[in-house]
Amino acid sequence: MTKSAFGRQFVRASALHAFALATLLSLPALAADPIKIGAVLSASGPAAFLGDPEAKTLRIYVEELNKKGGVLGRQIELVLYDDGGDANKARTFATRLIEDDKVVAMVGGSTTGTTMAMIPVFEDAKVPFVSVAGAIEIVEPVRSFVFKTPHTDKTACEKIFEDMKARGLTKIGMISGTDGFGKSMRAQCLRVVKDYGITIVADESYGATDSDMTPQLNKIKNTAGLQAVVNPGFGQGPAIVTRNYGQLSIGLPLYQSHGVASKSFIDLAGPAAEGIRLPAPALLVADKLADADKQKAVVTAYKASYEKAVGQPVSTFGGYAFDGIQLVVEAIQRAKATEPQKIRDALEATKGYVGVTGIYTMSATDHLGLGTESFRMLEVRNGGWIEVGAR
Amino acid sequence: MAEFLQLLFSGLTVGAVYALVALGFTLIYNASDVINFAQGDFVMIGGMATVFLAAAGLSLPLAAFIAILAAVAVGLLLHRLAIEPARGASPVALIMITIGASIFIKGVAQIVFDKQFHSLPAFTGSDPIALGGATILPQSLWVIGGAIVLFAALYLFLERTLLGKAVLATAANRLAARLVGINVKVILALAFGVSAAIGAIAGVLVTPITLTRYDIGTLFALKGFAAAMVGGMGHPLGAVVGGVLIGLMEALGAGYISSTYKDGVAFLAILLVLFFMPRGLFGGGSVERV
Repeated sequence: MTKSAFGRQFVRASALHAFALATLLSLPALAADPIKIGAVLSASGPAAFLGDPEAKTLRIYVEELNKKGGVLGRQIELVLYDDGGDANKARTFATRLIEDDKVVAMVGGSTTGTTMAMIPVFEDAKVPFVSVAGAIEIVEPVRSFVFKTPHTDKTACEKIFEDMKARGLTKIGMISGTDGFGKSMRAQCLRVVKDYGITIVADESYGATDSDMTPQLNKIKNTAGLQAVVNPGFGQGPAIVTRNYGQLSIGLPLYQSHGVASKSFIDLAGPAAEGIRLPAPALLVADKLADADKQKAVVTAYKASYEKAVGQPVSTFGGYAFDGIQLVVEAIQRAKATEPQKIRDALEATKGYVGVTGIYTMSATDHLGLGTESFRMLEVRNGGWIEVGAR
Repeated sequence: MAEFLQLLFSGLTVGAVYALVALGFTLIYNASDVINFAQGDFVMIGGMATVFLAAAGLSLPLAAFIAILAAVAVGLLLHRLAIEPARGASPVALIMITIGASIFIKGVAQIVFDKQFHSLPAFTGSDPIALGGATILPQSLWVIGGAIVLFAALYLFLERTLLGKAVLATAANRLAARLVGINVKVILALAFGVSAAIGAIAGVLVTPITLTRYDIGTLFALKGFAAAMVGGMGHPLGAVVGGVLIGLMEALGAGYISSTYKDGVAFLAILLVLFFMPRGLFGGGSVERV
């Protein structure tokens, strides 16, 4: 018997076998096809640090969900493509999801670039698209079929300003990185700062790879009436800013951004980090959350199942994907239907859904649905974090 | 006044680092006419290796010593495996080889070490010293002092020892140097080894201030190169003056004008020097290398 003949026979045998099993064991499942949910993520390439945990999260979650019996008695089929961080590829895959795979909803778009490239495809096809990318442009202006899960720079700014207002700090200095993250957050902070009655009296910047920020900080320090300083930035910059801040003994409250909400920041900044405040998602302080905290259960469960399946520490990015697919599944359950239009309407009506990233309440004018309470205000004390301020 | 002093301290510290990298450029350029763009990566190896050896439980001086030896080994390998086989190629080709080597070293560093930022504890405490209304970190004094000592040592080596003169002779005319009995191969290897050591020492000294990561060498190489160009490529004193000048201009520019253009200062300096003094501040008149 040749190899291929054997292969054909084997396939026929297993198909028969499977058919027999299906007929015998799961008659209802035959009647109902799986619900197809699409995903286009940057699981490889330069944005792999985003797409990789996101793709892993979706696979783990869908597998768990199917073991529990799926949704509306039907299994979920995840159709996942890797765009390698390339917006052109992302758009091609998006078209394939709509035309060939005929998905009812889509979770994905790891970067703002790939998301923006895919939006027209889903808007035209009228299929709901839940993005897991950062920029606020994705949901502003609101597009009827586009939603997103990650909180934005704007929310982080608002959280910081809220805390400042509560402490009576109204004249602040800003020192921002000139990388994408720092620039974008600075712009958002400038946009919302007036709403809190706070004025920015000094506005400095530094290069992403600078190793000394004392000149800029010295300028800020000598600004009359200064009460606090914010540092929108990512990477090692904020750690050096913090050290230089200590060296100049400025002594005023210093706020960092969610971009450095990790233990390694405290290690790098050293003793100068003591007393610094920053907004951070609940996932990063899962073990510190109070038992009464609404998010505690979902956050610890996600963390445990991800770390068990993958063997790596959980990241915020995977959390965005978890919330994305969870919102879609929840919308399908509420709509008791799988037509894209009905899923969209149910998504927009999401109320008080407790996710890993925050508590989502969407509306016709808000397709993100997160407020400042999705961030926790943390303070560095004795080389660790504590949660401060009222929520 | 206090503000000026603060900016001065900042500029001197950063400038001392640039000067050390520029010294490394100078030495290799003197011996081989090659501008070694992997110079910044020696700084990275010095810092990163010290961090990881110290984390493995070694005392800081021992870790630093082994890290410097490791950098020297990398420098010798760079010469033996990349520069030596291409002997006779044009300086431009050799410069490209060093850029390739730099990318390769960064790649290996990502695997051997990791992709995170790391820091070292300051050698003698981290309490800032107040001076005339401004503050300076004890570690900055280490960096500035280290730069002075290394410069003096290199200067004495090149001007007062037979081996140093052999380096200069090799640079001036390789064939003539060989004819008078200088082993040119050994001299070139020596230049790469010593350069790597200078870079690694700089790395150990600055890591407590600037932090370190596998790719931090690129920035140091660019600024150090600018410093060497401003001072006049091939002059140890020029390298030091160029480094300090660029450090000071960056600090004063960021403090008094705008921090937005801080990184542009070094490149503006290169352009000005190339336009008006193509040989740099210490380059002298018309020494034509043949």
